[in-house]
Amino acid sequence: MTNVKLMQGNEACTLGALTAGMDFYAGYPITPSTEVAEMCAVELPKTGGRFIQMEDEIGSIAAIIGAALTGRKAMTATSGPGFSLMQENIGYAALTEVPIVIINVQRVGPSTGMPTSPAQSDVMQARWGTHGDHPVVVLAPGNVKECFDLTIKAFNISEEYRVPVIVLTDEVIGHMREKVVLPDPASVKIVNRSKPETRTGYKPYEADPDGGVPLMASFGEGYRYHVTGLFHDETGFPSNKGENAAASIKRLMRKVEKAEPDIRDYFTENTDDCDVLVVAFGSSAMSSLSAVRQARAKGVKAGLFRPKTIWPFPETVLDELSKRVKRIIVAEMNMGQLVLEIQRIVACRAPVESLTKVNGELFRPEEVLEAIMGGKR
Amino acid sequence: MSESMKYFREQRLPHIWCPGCGHGTVTGALVRAIARLNLDRSNVVVVSGIGCSSRAPGYLDFDTLHTTHGRALAFATGVKHSRPNLKVIVMTGDGDCTAIGGNHFIHAARRNIDITTIVMNNNIYGMTSGQFSPMTPKGMIGTTAPYGNSERSFDLANLAIAAGATYVARATAYHATLLEDLIEKALLNKGFSVVEAVTQCPTYLGRRNKLGTAVDMLNWFKESAVNIKAAKAMAPEKLEGKFMIGELYNKPDSEFTADYDQLVAQLQRKFDNFQGGVRECAQNSD
Ligand SMILES: Cc1ncc(C[n+]2csc(CCOP(=O)(O)OP(=O)(O)O)c2C)c(N)n1
Ligand code: SF4
Repeated sequence: MTNVKLMQGNEACTLGALTAGMDFYAGYPITPSTEVAEMCAVELPKTGGRFIQMEDEIGSIAAIIGAALTGRKAMTATSGPGFSLMQENIGYAALTEVPIVIINVQRVGPSTGMPTSPAQSDVMQARWGTHGDHPVVVLAPGNVKECFDLTIKAFNISEEYRVPVIVLTDEVIGHMREKVVLPDPASVKIVNRSKPETRTGYKPYEADPDGGVPLMASFGEGYRYHVTGLFHDETGFPSNKGENAAASIKRLMRKVEKAEPDIRDYFTENTDDCDVLVVAFGSSAMSSLSAVRQARAKGVKAGLFRPKTIWPFPETVLDELSKRVKRIIVAEMNMGQLVLEIQRIVACRAPVESLTKVNGELFRPEEVLEAIMGGKR
Repeated sequence: MSESMKYFREQRLPHIWCPGCGHGTVTGALVRAIARLNLDRSNVVVVSGIGCSSRAPGYLDFDTLHTTHGRALAFATGVKHSRPNLKVIVMTGDGDCTAIGGNHFIHAARRNIDITTIVMNNNIYGMTSGQFSPMTPKGMIGTTAPYGNSERSFDLANLAIAAGATYVARATAYHATLLEDLIEKALLNKGFSVVEAVTQCPTYLGRRNKLGTAVDMLNWFKESAVNIKAAKAMAPEKLEGKFMIGELYNKPDSEFTADYDQLVAQLQRKFDNFQGGVRECAQNSD
């Protein structure tokens, strides 16, 4: 039985989350993400899931961390100002290794900015918004179906590696409607966190120093363990030892680095023989794809590389591609953020050009085409 | 005492608090109240924020969650809403609870979510070495109030009552037995309960304000506190400069997670043929 539906990106994210087993949502309303909260308020109580509208976004992320510690799959959704408020506790989840998912439907910032217009200017904040070196995974859907798929993936990654995962969409992806063929729920791969089997000798943060993931007990199961945002040793209790902190930071960062080949996700078109490579994600990739096709029709060998995992970036794939192309254009709706990572990866193997747009409108395909054809804007 | 010792993580002791600090007395009162009720250790979650007071859960043998500054109640809300069967207790300081955490405090009270909140009020930011808090009395010295605090302070109990808490009480580290009784009653209230435990920070509040030793501070509590029952028979002039202790408010009301459970039960009756998985999207009618 095929299940075809017309839906918007925010709904697809929510449906994806429910399919992944999300059973706790806490949030605070903010455009253009609110539909996620509204739909969770409708759906969760029907299946015994828990919904709560918190007093602010700091409380929202705190509540989902608390919920996840009791064994729930928990999520929140927000946009710019709310995402800024969440930063401290994103670091808390990263250090305490509590799996959570955050949907950030980007709008134009800084500050209140343009609440109803899309942007991609939280790329760096999503990676580095909280203080301190920390692991985080960021996924960027490029259409409505991917909102569904990547939200499931976000839960799976967060459960497997015990990291906060951010699904970075934008106002256009969140609100546009597309026909989505939903998979049979039974065919969807669902990952659940690994839990300890016995209470005897349980050490909540015991793991292979080389990026291992500790087993996670749930509160209320009799393990009676301690969780703290202070650096802690494998027992979970605070430790002030510098070498212990260093080992923890290294293990946490290594966790995601090691996972990269498995979680890596991207889309390419016409990259086998291309001279001009356009790199774009999310809604910018829609116009870029159209531009690449138009360029091909004009006889220019253009291709598109669209990362779906943007942190960690699929580095080895781009590295390979960059050896074969003459130019790289990075199109993004910000003043040039992801381009910095791409310049780092490509080094000097090919010139990397930054195509930016910050007026709250999508790129028009002609704008990207113009860049491909050499008329730098 | 031995009955309550089982609730401590003895291997974590001795604690980090200064000699004479009142936080240990408050923690002891909480543990004894828990022991009186014979709560199952595995069914209790203790959540705290950041501060000297918020270090207390680390010494207690429950699932314990030491969170970020001011956010204990928001984390605890997630725990309680997820698993209403768990007994959730928050240990917080006056700064943690009423400054950075003030918003979560009034909203947890408004929801009447079943969380017992012990506010360890030493009228100062102890952990960061003595800055004034929203509960530092006017005129007192803090490192950031070197000429005397010029701000007005909160009346925590009235704040909690106005915001919707259904059990509110106050005692001090001097009145440890009363404190224990009040915490026990707070734990029994199915709703948001607040016990303000006035406690001494001899190191920062005491020293800077020349309040003497910990014992002098405890005597100061003894002299300034009036039991609410006794106060009823006292002339207003006698109550000047005093503060009330005892049970200040006790009016049970419907509780947040229980109401939610009821909603779930109602909806599940309506949708009981639903097998899980991807369901119809309510907003997908166009
Ligand atoms: C976001 C944030 N701001 C500031 C601090 C620094 N800080 C740590 S504890 C504390 C005050 C604690 O005071 P209180 O809650 O009264 O507890 P006490 O130490 O007196 O027991 C402050 C300001 C912090 N840890 N996090
Ligand atoms: S600084 Fe004050 S509150 Fe902190 S441990 Fe010392 S006496 Fe207690």
